Amino acid sequence: MSRIYLDHAATTPMDPDVLNAMLPYMGARFGNASSIHAEGRNAQRAVDTARKQLAAAIGADAGEVYFTSGGTESDNWALKGAAFANRAKGTHIISTPIEHHAVLHTLDWLQKQGFTVTFLPVDGDGLVKASDLERAITPETILVSVMAANNEIGTLEPIQELGALVRERGVLFHTDAVQAIGAIPVDVREWQVDMLSLSAHKFHGPMGMGALYIRKGVSVERLVHGGAQERGRRASTENLPGIVGLGSAIEKACGGVCENAARLTALREKLIQGILSAIPETRLNGHPTLRLPGNVNISIRYIEGEALLLRLDMAGISASSGSACTSGSLDPSHVLLAIGLDHATAHGSLRLSLGTGNQLQDVEQTLAVLPGIVESLRAMSPLYTRG
Amino acid sequence: MYSETVMDHFTHPRNMGEIPNASGTGTVGNAKCGDIMKIDIQVEDGIIKDVKFKTFGCGAAIATSSMASEMVKGKSLSEALKLTNLAVAEALGGLPPVKMHCSMLAEEAIRAAIEDYMAKHPEQP
Repeated sequence: MSRIYLDHAATTPMDPDVLNAMLPYMGARFGNASSIHAEGRNAQRAVDTARKQLAAAIGADAGEVYFTSGGTESDNWALKGAAFANRAKGTHIISTPIEHHAVLHTLDWLQKQGFTVTFLPVDGDGLVKASDLERAITPETILVSVMAANNEIGTLEPIQELGALVRERGVLFHTDAVQAIGAIPVDVREWQVDMLSLSAHKFHGPMGMGALYIRKGVSVERLVHGGAQERGRRASTENLPGIVGLGSAIEKACGGVCENAARLTALREKLIQGILSAIPETRLNGHPTLRLPGNVNISIRYIEGEALLLRLDMAGISASSGSACTSGSLDPSHVLLAIGLDHATAHGSLRLSLGTGNQLQDVEQTLAVLPGIVESLRAMSPLYTRG
Repeated sequence: MYSETVMDHFTHPRNMGEIPNASGTGTVGNAKCGDIMKIDIQVEDGIIKDVKFKTFGCGAAIATSSMASEMVKGKSLSEALKLTNLAVAEALGGLPPVKMHCSMLAEEAIRAAIEDYMAKHPEQP
C-alpha cells in the first residue's frame, strides 16, 4: 500500500533536484568559505549564488539575507536581536497569541528580561485586525511580530496592511513566514517588513537550514557570537550543502508558487467540502478563503485527535492534530483555544496539509476512509449519544 | 511508541459498549483534559459477570480501558478493587511515561463503577 502524506506543514520531502544540487558539496566540492585557497573560493561562490537565489525569491537584496540553522533560530534572532538593539528607545513589543512557539517562548523569555508584550486579539478565523494593532502601538513600542500564515489553521494574516501601518509609526516589523514561503507569493518590499524568518525544510529543502531577512539599515544585535561569517552578524562556519540546498529549493518553490497554489487550493476545497458534507458535527477551523492553499483543519466532535491519527496512520495516511496527546502537554493547541474553541473540541482537531506531491486520488482515498474511522471512534465515545 | 499489545487493544477493543440497566457505572476524567472513561459493570453474587466501556481519548486511553475490562471480568468485587494502574500498564507491555495517567484513569473508572454498585446495594458486604 502506498502511503498518503498529508503533513506538509510539519515537513516536506526533499526535492530530488535539491538533493542533487547539494550532494557535491558533501563530497568533492568541500571547502570553508572563509579560506583563501581554491576550495574556499569555490565554497564562497556557491554561498554567494544561493544568497542571490534566496534574495530574488523574496524580493530582497543579497546583502539583506542571512543564513541560519532554521526557522526557530531566525525567530529567536529577530526578536531578541531587535529588542536588545532598540532597548534605549523603548521596551514594548506587540505580537499575537497564535504565533509558533519559537516566537511565543522567545517573547516569554524577553518578558523576563524586562520587556513588556501585548498580544493582539484574533477573531474566530484567527485574523488580526489592523485597527487593534494601531491602538496597541505606544511611544514605547519598538517591535511588532505577526506571522504571515498560521501553521495550524492556515489563516493568512494581512501582512501588507499591517506592514504599512507599522512602518508609518516608525516601529520595526517582523514576520514569521515559515509556512508562507513556497505556498504564497512573498515580497518583503510589498509587505513592508523589516525582518522575515524562513525555514528550508518547509519548501522541499534540507532540515537544519533557515534564513532571516533583515532590511538594510535595521539594527539587530547578534545572537550567535564568534567568527566574521554572514558579514559579521551571524557567526559559525557556513553550512555549505545546506545553503546550496536552501538556494536551490527556494528558487524552485517560489518559481512555481502560483501554479502550485492554484492546484492545491482546488484539492483543499474538495477535501474540506468532502469532510464537512460526509461527517456530521464537524467544523472548519481558520479562515475559509484567506488560508494556505494546502491547509485543512477540521474539528471533529466527540473524538480525540491522537486516536484518529493512529487509525489514519494504519490506513496509510499521515496527518496531524492539535490534541494534547500529540503536543506532549495536557493542553490542546493554543491556536485553537485562541480562536475560541472549547477544550473538548480542540482535542478533536485534525490537520491535513497538502503539498506538491499530492494528487486528486489522495484526496479521494482520504475521503473514502475518514468517515468510517470517525464513525468507529464515535461509537466508542461516551460523549457521543447518537450512535 | 506503543507496544504491539497496546495497538492490538486500540484496534480491537474488548468489551466496548454499554450495559443497559447496569449494576454499577463509573465515569472519570473530563473532556477538557482530553479523556473520559465510562465503565458499566453487571454484578451477580458478588462477581463481575459483564463489563463494558466507552472512552473518549487517545490510543493509550482506549487500550487501557479495554485491558482493564478484561482483567476484572469474572472477578469478585474485592479482587477487582485490587486492580492497579501498574498492573494494567504491565499487561499492555508498558506505556510511554507521558501516557501513564491514562492507566490511572482505568483504575479509577473501575473503582468508581464498583463504588456506584455498592452505594446502590448497601446490603452487600
